[in-house]
Amino acid sequence: MKKVALNGAGLLVALFAAFPVYWMISTSLKPSNEIFSATPQPVPTHPTLTHYREILTGNLIPGVSFLDFFLNSALVAVSTVVLSGLVALLAATAVARFRFRLRTSFLIMLLVVQMIPLEALVIPLFLMIQRLGLYNTLPSLILTYLGFSLPFAVWMLRGFVAAVPKELEEAAAIDGASRAQTFRRVLFPLVAPGLVATSIFSFITAWNELIFALTFINDQGSYTLPVAMTFFFGRDDTNWGPVMAASTLFTLPVIIFFLLVQRRMVSGLVAGAVKG
Amino acid sequence: MSSQTKNPETAVARETPVRRRRRVDRLPYLLLLPALLIIGVLLLWPLGQVVVMSFYRLNSVRQLRGDRDWPWVGLGNYTDILSDPFFLTVLRNTVLFAAANVLLTMVLGTLVGLLLNRLGRKMATFVASCVMLAWATPALTGTIVWKWIFDDTSGLVTWLFNALPDGLSNGLFGRSDWTGYGWFNSPLLFFAILTLVVVWHSFPFIAVSVLAGLKSVPSELHEAARVDGASPWRVFWKITFPLLRPVFGILIVLSTIWDFKVFTQQFVLAGGTQDRPTFMLAIYSYAEAFSPPPKYGLGAAIAVILTLILLVVTGFYVRMVLRQEDES
Repeated sequence: MKKVALNGAGLLVALFAAFPVYWMISTSLKPSNEIFSATPQPVPTHPTLTHYREILTGNLIPGVSFLDFFLNSALVAVSTVVLSGLVALLAATAVARFRFRLRTSFLIMLLVVQMIPLEALVIPLFLMIQRLGLYNTLPSLILTYLGFSLPFAVWMLRGFVAAVPKELEEAAAIDGASRAQTFRRVLFPLVAPGLVATSIFSFITAWNELIFALTFINDQGSYTLPVAMTFFFGRDDTNWGPVMAASTLFTLPVIIFFLLVQRRMVSGLVAGAVKG
Repeated sequence: MSSQTKNPETAVARETPVRRRRRVDRLPYLLLLPALLIIGVLLLWPLGQVVVMSFYRLNSVRQLRGDRDWPWVGLGNYTDILSDPFFLTVLRNTVLFAAANVLLTMVLGTLVGLLLNRLGRKMATFVASCVMLAWATPALTGTIVWKWIFDDTSGLVTWLFNALPDGLSNGLFGRSDWTGYGWFNSPLLFFAILTLVVVWHSFPFIAVSVLAGLKSVPSELHEAARVDGASPWRVFWKITFPLLRPVFGILIVLSTIWDFKVFTQQFVLAGGTQDRPTFMLAIYSYAEAFSPPPKYGLGAAIAVILTLILLVVTGFYVRMVLRQEDES
């Protein structure tokens, strides 16, 4: 009896959590008349890829297609990942492998800067972007997201570097390897899985970001996908089919990436974190 | 960052008795340099700059570009805001919203965490996977879907309310036809839906963290208490809660910080920055600064107030994390 109640509660929770995602995908597959019918269909009775075809072949905004926005977002996210991965790996090695003055101060600073409300930085960063002449360019976003993703990336990678046994590096040193060689041949391959996990986190941060993309980019051709999607709503009559298809295409990569690294995210998050 | 200027004498004094292989190893500092530069330029400099900007009257992009002077107004922006009754409304909205959302997220997340711990293996995996979906969904698209669910013509909620027996619907709400009902029109309903969206996005993290905490608690403790006839309520407050107290502390602080900064969900649900009655600090600051006519100085002052509130909360957070680090 108790078991039934527990399982029932479990099902309710599962329904609450997963239903919106299901509803997004299911709506994206329904023909328009099913979407706008007075009685919602729980399951698409005539599944169709029309809405996907529509957004993938047509132009979301005159002259600019969904794929253009997708590529803008991908370019920004991948650049952020590469840069922040590189810089974070160096810094993580420093804090995990060396005991030096300022080490604790640096770690505390990492925690504190992760808590800065990024919304509060949008005005001064806008000033910086204006002065650097980067307004309306994708590098303005790469630069911004690099700053946002770096503290957590260092924090996360620190654990991975610390987990590589020091003896391996010492053995390499005894065999006459230079520090750079040890780093490249011993530490780097062993930390690579951690680097992938951290990269996924940075990717998701950059991929999902809306406010800064909204503020720094005015030229429609340079919109990232989140910005394009907020403009995709008709103010009064939203065409939900294409919107849900676009949302699905935007969401699925994130969900897949997320599920790959969620276990590491949990331990990283409890010890200091940002969430998009 | 001021701690960067180190005193060479004390460094040497510390080194001599230990006699390390390299006396002052520059390598760690070299490795840190790019990260320090980036954090300094992209996070700390803007943080200082937002404070500076809050003391100026900045109303045009040309001022930001440096083509025009910045007139100093001292605390003028702050007195303008604090004497504006609208600011008090926004502050009240923000604090009430954060309090309600932290409470709801914590309660729901903890209950789901406890539930996942009690379910059978297969069921637990299934429920946890579904919960993960809500967590993984980006704030942007998650909110878009909820907006569709509350659509005033073909949305699921509108349909559900239409499906209620007319008598019941009339008796309870005074209307039976919900088609065209603006779910986002009254501030209270708007906040209720925003809360639903934010809690949906954030309870999974709490649930998973609580579950991880529970797994580290020896199950004998619970069994012993249950054998002694303690009610589940007592077991939770007398055993589980004290053991998980550090985890709860961090989770509450993180949730508070996140809920004070909610922006994307609000922006998408409200369809931009026009819906002033539902403003909270983050969107208020943004709207003042970036909706024409721009008031960057005023926006900066609001941002500073938000930051100060969060810095206090962050202080608690850093203390808790450091304590945990010491223990592990």
